[in-house]
Amino acid sequence: MNLLFGRTISLQLRLTVAVVLSVLLILGDRYTSGGTLVRTSLNTLVSPLLYVANVPYEVFSLGAKSLDTRDRLFQENEALRKKQLLQSEQLQQYQFLLRENQQLRALLGASSRQQRARLIAEVLSVRSSRYSHQVVVNRGAIDGVLEGQPVIDEMGIVGQLTQVGSTTSRVLLMTDTTHATPVRILRNDVRTVVEGTGKINLVQLQHVPHSLDIRLGDILVTSGLGGTFPEGYPVAVVTEIDRDEGLPFSKVYAEPVAQLDRIRLLVILGKVASKEPDA
Amino acid sequence: MNRSYALVALSLFIALIMALMPLPFSIEPFRPDWVLLVLMYWSIALPHRVNIGWAWCTGLIMDLATGSPLGVNSLTYSICLYITTSNFQKIRNFSIWQQAVLIGLFLALYHLLQFWLNHFLLDIYFNPRYLWPALVGMLCWPWVFLLLRKYRRHFRIR
Repeated sequence: MNLLFGRTISLQLRLTVAVVLSVLLILGDRYTSGGTLVRTSLNTLVSPLLYVANVPYEVFSLGAKSLDTRDRLFQENEALRKKQLLQSEQLQQYQFLLRENQQLRALLGASSRQQRARLIAEVLSVRSSRYSHQVVVNRGAIDGVLEGQPVIDEMGIVGQLTQVGSTTSRVLLMTDTTHATPVRILRNDVRTVVEGTGKINLVQLQHVPHSLDIRLGDILVTSGLGGTFPEGYPVAVVTEIDRDEGLPFSKVYAEPVAQLDRIRLLVILGKVASKEPDA
Repeated sequence: MNRSYALVALSLFIALIMALMPLPFSIEPFRPDWVLLVLMYWSIALPHRVNIGWAWCTGLIMDLATGSPLGVNSLTYSICLYITTSNFQKIRNFSIWQQAVLIGLFLALYHLLQFWLNHFLLDIYFNPRYLWPALVGMLCWPWVFLLLRKYRRHFRIR
């Protein structure tokens, strides 16, 4: 039988080295923002792993797609056509309003709104740490995305990009406990902040005074403060208000507008203006 | 020698894929930690080859792949593998179900350590659901053990 560690380093020393290295890594990762380059390259290393782990899901969905019936496809096609017709009608109005808005802003001498670059990303079906809310998307540094870019789906705000690798990156969902979104109430423009609770369908409004004018069903949209999220995207709908006078602040809960548990296609909004609006 | 390291790495790679694979939402909380089970098997079977160094590196890959704060899995894997490697002769002598119970205890330790670290780093609160994977991992151990023993004997990994 082999003499265990007879000639090499003892097990205790190995453990000590491992613990020290891990603690340094944890502290470095949590409390410094440096080493982004290191992170990007490390994330790039595991990207292939994520793509391989996504394969079973892709195979299943491909199988499901090819088994779809002709009738169902026809129906879906018809429904989408109708939806597109309605939306393109609204879009005609939108172009007109956009131009009018620009002219009015020019008359007022206000700065014009800038069009943001958009990039469609697909969610890779891989598991993430059970203690935080994140998803992996198939876009990375080679697509030109940067850390901190806002991510939306067809309903509203989803979250923002953290950890960018070269071909994959992570989206921190707005329901994560470490995420906060600056919002205002659509009805009366009161500003507040929405924080994640760690539950996929619940967010919380922090530090809401009892006198604040907020009602059930109020729609919260991004306020544009803080610089991460552009103004005016829907975030959540208020679902529960507890005005307990014994507590310093009211407890207000809201439900995210985006369906965070079933996102598949996302839009990454560009940080910088790519071009002037073409209308 | 190099061949046996490659084969161990292959089994870990498969475990990583199984750990990252998407599962239906309803059974996701019960997914055992395949990577740690495989690591613990190798540390009992080949303690002079697979021990804390492997655990640390695999843990780092796991951290990167699941997006948890870097170093959390490295630390917890290293501690678990320290326990199994330093007691490999005792663990080998137990019957397979006794081993399973022991492994279940180690898994519970791993999940509690992980929760505790994440509690400091991410402000999460304890939920008894977090311990389901330890129980499921315990029930999976005999099958993992038998499968990997067959794998080890077939390829004569020493």
